[in-house]
Amino acid sequence: MATLDHAVPPGEDPAPYHEAEDDPRRRDFINIAAVAWAGVGGAIVVLPLINQMSPSADVLAQSTTEVDLSKIEAGQGVVTSFRKQPLFVRHLTPKEITEANAVPVSELRDPQTLAERTKPGKENWLITLGVCTHLGCIPLGIHEGENRGQFGGYFCPCHGSQYDTAARIRKGPAPKNLAVPPYTFSSDTTVTVG
Amino acid sequence: MIRWISGIVGLGIVAVLGWSLLWSIVGVVSDPPAPTAEAYVRAKHPLPSAELSSEGVLGKFDVRQLQRGFQVYKEVCSACHSLRLVSFRDLRQLGYDDGQVKAIAAGWQIEQPSVNPDTGEAATRKNLPSDHFPLVFANDVAARAANNNAVPPDLSLMTKARHEGPDYIYSLVGHGYVNQPADLLAKFPDAKTPKGLYYNQYFANLNIAMPPPLKSDGQVQYLDGTKPTVDQMAKDVAAFLTWTAEPNLDTRHGAGFAVLGFLLVFCVLAYGAYQNVWRNMKH
Amino acid sequence: MSFPWAKHYEPKYAVTKWVDERLPLPRLVYNAVGAGYPVPRNLNYFWNFGVLAGAALAVQIVTGIVLAMHYAANGGVAFDSVEHIMRDVNAGWFLRYAHANGASMFFIVVYTHIFRGLYYGSYKAPREMVWLLGVVIFLLMMATAFMGYVLPWGQMSFWGAQVITGFFSAIPIVGDTIRVWLLGGYAPDDAALNRFFSLHYLLPFVIAGVIVLHIWALHIPGSGNPTGVDVKGEQDTVPFHPYYTAKDGFGLGIFLVVFAVLIFFAPNYLGHPDNYIPANPLSTPAHIVPEWYFWPFYAILRAFTSDFILPAKLWGVLAMFGSIVLLFFLPWLDSSPVRSTNFRPVYRTFFWVLVADVLVLGWCGGSPAEPLYVIISQIAAAYYFAHFLVILPIVSRMERPRPLPTSITEAVLAKHGGTSPTKSAVSGSVLAAE
Repeated sequence: MATLDHAVPPGEDPAPYHEAEDDPRRRDFINIAAVAWAGVGGAIVVLPLINQMSPSADVLAQSTTEVDLSKIEAGQGVVTSFRKQPLFVRHLTPKEITEANAVPVSELRDPQTLAERTKPGKENWLITLGVCTHLGCIPLGIHEGENRGQFGGYFCPCHGSQYDTAARIRKGPAPKNLAVPPYTFSSDTTVTVG
Repeated sequence: MIRWISGIVGLGIVAVLGWSLLWSIVGVVSDPPAPTAEAYVRAKHPLPSAELSSEGVLGKFDVRQLQRGFQVYKEVCSACHSLRLVSFRDLRQLGYDDGQVKAIAAGWQIEQPSVNPDTGEAATRKNLPSDHFPLVFANDVAARAANNNAVPPDLSLMTKARHEGPDYIYSLVGHGYVNQPADLLAKFPDAKTPKGLYYNQYFANLNIAMPPPLKSDGQVQYLDGTKPTVDQMAKDVAAFLTWTAEPNLDTRHGAGFAVLGFLLVFCVLAYGAYQNVWRNMKH
Repeated sequence: MSFPWAKHYEPKYAVTKWVDERLPLPRLVYNAVGAGYPVPRNLNYFWNFGVLAGAALAVQIVTGIVLAMHYAANGGVAFDSVEHIMRDVNAGWFLRYAHANGASMFFIVVYTHIFRGLYYGSYKAPREMVWLLGVVIFLLMMATAFMGYVLPWGQMSFWGAQVITGFFSAIPIVGDTIRVWLLGGYAPDDAALNRFFSLHYLLPFVIAGVIVLHIWALHIPGSGNPTGVDVKGEQDTVPFHPYYTAKDGFGLGIFLVVFAVLIFFAPNYLGHPDNYIPANPLSTPAHIVPEWYFWPFYAILRAFTSDFILPAKLWGVLAMFGSIVLLFFLPWLDSSPVRSTNFRPVYRTFFWVLVADVLVLGWCGGSPAEPLYVIISQIAAAYYFAHFLVILPIVSRMERPRPLPTSITEAVLAKHGGTSPTKSAVSGSVLAAE
């Protein structure tokens, strides 16, 4: 291994790169520009890396569901699937509508009127997610013969939450009414959810 | 010491290779490789170009051509060839709107497998835009049974699964089906097309199980009025299949220009910074 | 770091001081890639390729982790999951093409890096350990790349796996048992695919660990340089930051330009069309070939066509592995006291013949196994082994090297014809023109 020689030629600084002694602003501008441009590039490249985690095109394509209402009689309901979760589509009877409207809204844990939860002129169609807002079980009451609880709506067997004819929480631990997803009537007998 | 060992090992390996080389040369001299019918035809008939707009670094799809190509696929090819990696909703890229895509899906001849909700038995239902194009045959066995023991391959990736794919498809269906030339048969009697197969000068082993799909001009009536010659239909379906294999081509080229532009500016800046840092240092 | 004039770490901010007192990471970075690591001032662009290799690994790890969020490693769905990435995942096509072409970029960079090492004697004392760790990294890269290529489960994926795992059955007696153990079955199937996915995810981090050792081993003696002459004093070096961070930044820009051209304009150029056909165990492709970076080794494998005591297939496998294993012995095969081939005129000729030879082997490896290519492979493979095992030891012992410069600074000055190793900062330089 060669010996180390510390001698430096006279009058020379071996590493003379200083932050520009001539014109600080001009000389190192190019350094800053290069680093800044690289930084912008780095930020831009991060975008697709993060975006790839967002729902892919096939998931988005299955994010809407169409429901055909023509076969659902008054007093009946059907369960279908919306974004891989159960969707309750109920055809309310006039009695159920009257019952719902008779409840003083101020008494409700999650105050909402039936009108707020349905479409104008289509108050007899109650479309909600079939997911209890307590801890996520599927309430009973959508099918014929199932327990509908003391308020005539839905009853969740897991912890006893009870929903009324407008699927609003009345008793039990659930904090909110059954969620109403965004939907539109694409015709009188078809609804597009999502 | 190590020199001796390495020398012996090295010379040993060279000797073994020499032995193999000797026998290879003997083999070539005594039994020279015979010319093949495929090589003969390939040399005489290089692949013509489909001249697609998507070719080259500046390539972009011609949406009208894609629509025509889709029409050819639908009316000629879809009876046997599936497109299982493509979804009906992808057709929006061809310029169709949501309503048209829904109609194309709902009207598609082959329905989507599903389950009868009352009996639980296998059933079918109309296609939705979110569905993939359904398979034509339930499985390979069914495909062979219906196609003279050949499986019509899925076409979703065909232009990427073959060398020079777009030109290959164009040439195969547009100009490949010719009468087997007499001089070929004279040189290579074994290449005679067996019964049940068809001679195609661009197919890998010259004899293809698919009967000519584009038999005559006017087989498809184009909605935009383009003259449907066999050559035109072949180009259009090649373009469509290039799209099915690479739907993101336009985006990729566009992004490529932006990225390259950005990087070239970066290189200039970085070079400047490098020169600046080293300005007082000889190296 | 071993040079006494190396700058010492002085934390500039309260935060870095706080961290450094508790976990000396800031000082580690400063001493490794900062102003605390003196580097010879005369490095050329071939010295950029180590950093570029690290960058390529980083690209592969990031794109790989993100792809693994969408990939499914099961025979029935693997191919379709990759197409799902290409078509439906947001920017999925970009991630997939970046990862596939990133592997090629990684090998291009690493091969250049290796040949730099061969030319400039980077493997010689006291840097033998750097070299040995490098060969280990190369082997790990090859294993990782092979397993990665199997994952899309195309025709080449399956048949490549079939061929490579078939090598193990060439081992006498225990060969087939080993092969079945590796595959978890009798042919590549779900068991093999799943374990390849697991290992493909793991190995890059092992590579990263070995790279840490590789750089650590380098930083003990410090970096080599194109003259091969040791650093004698402070005037021979410059601090890594900002001199080489700036140069590496520019090098990275060029790397990214080449990478971008591949990804955006020729993403399938280096690949094989057959891998866009789903794997079919009942249908063998016309020509099974691995990816281009394995072609020289594939040519060596196929060069052995005649039995010679041992079966030809076993010779081929042994020679293929041997062609990489012999690299471990390179520091002891080459006994020249001179590092850099710039000063070894006789060896220089053989070096360039080796480069040409490896290119020829590569071209043969990618070609069909027809007699012409086999014959050329046999000659080229013979030269490859002769070069390292016979020629190099003899030439390195016998050749008369050219006189070396006494120091790096002397070499730099000789190049520029001036008397001071720095350029004058006074405008209107009075020094001799460069």
